[in-house]
Amino acid sequence: MLRRTFAAGALALGLAAPAAAQQQPVEIQFWHGLTQPLGGMLEQIAADFNASQNQVRVVASFRGSYPETMVAAIAAFRAGQAPHIVQMFEVGTGTMMAAGRAVKPLHELLAETGVQIPFDDYLPAVRGYYSLRDGRMMSMPFNSSTAVAFYNRDAFTRAGLNPDEFPQTWQGLEQAARRLKAAGIECPMTMAWPTWTQIEQFSAIHNIPLATQGNGFGGLNAELRINNPLMIRHLQNLVDWQREGLFRYGGRDGQGDALFPNGTCAIIFGSSGLRARVQREAQFQWGVAMLPYYEGVQGAPINGIIGGASFWAMNRGPNATRSAAENRGVAEFFAWLARPEVVRKWHVETGFLPVRQSVFRALEGEGFYRQNPGADIPITQLLRGGGQMTENSMGIRLGGFVEIRTIIQEEMERAFQGQQNAEAALNNAVTRGNVVLRNFERQNRQ
Amino acid sequence: MQKKVIFRGVALPVALLLPQLLITGIFFFWPAGQAVWSSFLREDAFGLSREFVGFENFVDVLTDPNYLTVVWNTAVFSVSVAVLAMAVALFLAVQADKAIRAATAFKTLLIWPYAVAPAVAAVLWLFLFHPQIGIFGRMLNNAGIMWDYKINGGQAMTLVIIAAAWKQVSYNFIFFLAGLQSIPKNVLEAAAIDGARPFRRFWTIIFPLISPTTFFLLVVNLVYAFFDTFGTIHALTQGGPGLSTTTLIYKVYVDGVQNLNFGSSAAQSVILMVLVMAMTAIQFRFIERKVHY
Repeated sequence: MLRRTFAAGALALGLAAPAAAQQQPVEIQFWHGLTQPLGGMLEQIAADFNASQNQVRVVASFRGSYPETMVAAIAAFRAGQAPHIVQMFEVGTGTMMAAGRAVKPLHELLAETGVQIPFDDYLPAVRGYYSLRDGRMMSMPFNSSTAVAFYNRDAFTRAGLNPDEFPQTWQGLEQAARRLKAAGIECPMTMAWPTWTQIEQFSAIHNIPLATQGNGFGGLNAELRINNPLMIRHLQNLVDWQREGLFRYGGRDGQGDALFPNGTCAIIFGSSGLRARVQREAQFQWGVAMLPYYEGVQGAPINGIIGGASFWAMNRGPNATRSAAENRGVAEFFAWLARPEVVRKWHVETGFLPVRQSVFRALEGEGFYRQNPGADIPITQLLRGGGQMTENSMGIRLGGFVEIRTIIQEEMERAFQGQQNAEAALNNAVTRGNVVLRNFERQNRQ
Repeated sequence: MQKKVIFRGVALPVALLLPQLLITGIFFFWPAGQAVWSSFLREDAFGLSREFVGFENFVDVLTDPNYLTVVWNTAVFSVSVAVLAMAVALFLAVQADKAIRAATAFKTLLIWPYAVAPAVAAVLWLFLFHPQIGIFGRMLNNAGIMWDYKINGGQAMTLVIIAAAWKQVSYNFIFFLAGLQSIPKNVLEAAAIDGARPFRRFWTIIFPLISPTTFFLLVVNLVYAFFDTFGTIHALTQGGPGLSTTTLIYKVYVDGVQNLNFGSSAAQSVILMVLVMAMTAIQFRFIERKVHY
């Protein structure tokens, strides 16, 4: 019985083998850093692509958080095992741009394979972040987000505040936080991604430089400029508010996220990509608002910057390249990601930006944003101040920025502990961050 | 006393030594040599360009004021972990050595935590002491004690010390128990007849007799605190807040794996290696003299 099964199996295999060899699809390794539920949605897109044709098979795998994915991809490259595509968060962009033959620039990939992607239709803030100064694209934009405020409408009502009027300025927010506190809410405000929401976005919105050389777009010799009076004033406010109980530090990176959907904190400054989780978990009425600004600052507010991640095509290793079929597979997958229905589905389900303007206009026309109030806030914020980006609000392109973010977070934490004031924290962050920038410049001098 | 075996020829002794030498060579000397070599280099993250910089990495590390903070953290952390883990284990071993009911169950329960992976152990502690979701964390906050290790460096350090020491208690317990059980009963009975009370019997007889065990455990615990606590710190505090729970080994990880500064990270590893070699040598030279075998 058993033997017969084996024999039949072997026969079947023998028959199937020649057919399989003909149809063997090119396998494309794709590493991403999105946790659930977002990771599952992304993997579904890859599965849809695989189902749509039989030439290419994209194997999507989760490799830990964004920084962990970045480190894994770099280590794999050194070992000659890099994935074809890696999802890289926006802070890794500077490092990837300087990575030379480790990456396959998107414009080269598209030119070689003849695949077309209509980048003219992409949001300028998104396109600008991932292109060279001359406009040639370096990586494939996908999940772009921006920082917004989520707030608990029930808590606002309880504190006697109008839930339809989220304060536009930090001055107004301070008053609102006091009211929330007085109404018995133990944590009025918190934040996720501390440096991104409170330093990087803050600098862009107030049109002040984060670093020289146009935040690093102009060259590797940029220097940090975050120890300016406005930034010091803001960080000192946060430190004072935390002491007063108006603000709570929720931890590094995305750790603060958890404090909002579970109802602990009434307001969070976080990624617009948090929307999916809030929608799923929050047991209360909530709203979305633009990030606040300081009243009286000349020229503020203007547009914020994007965050999130883009997809980079990588070479296999220091001494290994890709075949034409592999490049073609990667390019076709990218083209799939640019399809309006994919962009639309991702935006509607997750709260990330609709990266294509035509998708945004189509949804607007269908009344999607009237039915889902707040879903358009990220885009409105990116176009705030007339949509004319300045060199302070284009984005950030600093090498070693992952390390710089850690440094800024460390110095902020020291300030929140009362070990130093805001001015000392920012001065230290600038000194230590500039060391990182100089090392990066030296290692990447071509 | 010493036995000497005389081999005829060289082939057999070499063949007998070879496996051990190979293992030491491949798993110790080769990677250690590579670390020393990289500590003189500067590379970009992708390994596409490298530059020989001599001792520059070492100079940078040693002149960084934060490095001194980290050295101090490591001293506080290692000494606390070693002392706490050994004191608790010794106390428990002395209790377990007495004739008690269900002694085997008691011992098994004490040995159990050793089988728990460091990261898992850290998550257990996280669920106990997280300020919002931890049972004790919430209890402390409700009792009016501001407990938040994410923003209080002292609390963060206390937490990682307790979590790291807890893991090591089991190991120490086994050795202390074995040491206690090897003390001849008649010595203790004689002392008891002479009128020595339990406390006195412990300090004048038991403690000196288990000193070889204590000394061995001191070395092992310090090495554990230096090298094996990475998982605990990573899962609990990630070295924060600020730098308050960053130890030397954790900084090696952050600089090497997260920040991709291989040169600096390698230089720190070499410094760490020299430090531990020196420490072990000092321990054997000075403390061992006071140990009775």
